[in-house]
Amino acid sequence: MAGLRKSFFIKARDFVHAGEASIRVQSLLKSIHVDPRLTRRVAVCSYEGEMNVVMHADDGLLSVDIGPDRLVLEVTDPGPGIADVERAMQPGFSTASDELHEMGFGAGMGLPNMKKNADEILIDSKIGQGTRVRMTFLIQEEGKNT
Amino acid sequence: MKLTEIARVLDATLLVGEDKLGIDITRCGASDLMSDILAGPSEGSLLLTGLTTLQVIRTASIAGIGVIVFVRGKTAPPEVLELARAGGMPLMSAPHSMFVACGRLHAHGLSGLNGHR
Repeated sequence: MAGLRKSFFIKARDFVHAGEASIRVQSLLKSIHVDPRLTRRVAVCSYEGEMNVVMHADDGLLSVDIGPDRLVLEVTDPGPGIADVERAMQPGFSTASDELHEMGFGAGMGLPNMKKNADEILIDSKIGQGTRVRMTFLIQEEGKNT
Repeated sequence: MKLTEIARVLDATLLVGEDKLGIDITRCGASDLMSDILAGPSEGSLLLTGLTTLQVIRTASIAGIGVIVFVRGKTAPPEVLELARAGGMPLMSAPHSMFVACGRLHAHGLSGLNGHR
């Protein structure tokens, strides 16, 4: 697999199309025969990240960068930003509205699921400036398998 | 347990997936929270849920779920059925509550997503 990069726009509050970008990422990985366990880990992270943008942010961008030995998934948005990243990483912590809960979201497992599935996760967020979540997956070595 | 057998145990109606009736299911999860489905292993499992949104289908596809069963006799809007059809995700509707559906499947030998009985 040589350098392949794809980006997808994520529209805030669009629950009709929410998740489509991650389904496309999943299809892309399947089409180039990425290991199925790795594909699932990347797809879960992508989907959780995409849903976070749809639920909480003002639009965003999802990008996947596939190199020879690693895959980098990045979700960025221009705001509003995460007030307390450490708290947001706690399983069960959620700021989602009742409306989102009724749709099955806001379990407070988004960032924990991403942390669990990625080999490395970097979260950079500032109120008013937005959020960048960068997840790295090692391709050659045996990574985490859930 | 084959889907045909699961449909019988749950008195369920098949909504999508006539071509998938032969697939074999050994594990089951029940949840209305999407992230819970994504939190652990769920490939090839049965998902019991009371939600009938587009997101259920997408979440199940991402998680690699083998079949979705709607409880309490729910069916889904046409666009949800269409998305499931396009993605090859079998759907069934069972008239029972989540509790009764879980009980019946457990009594017939299905285990939880992590393999526990």
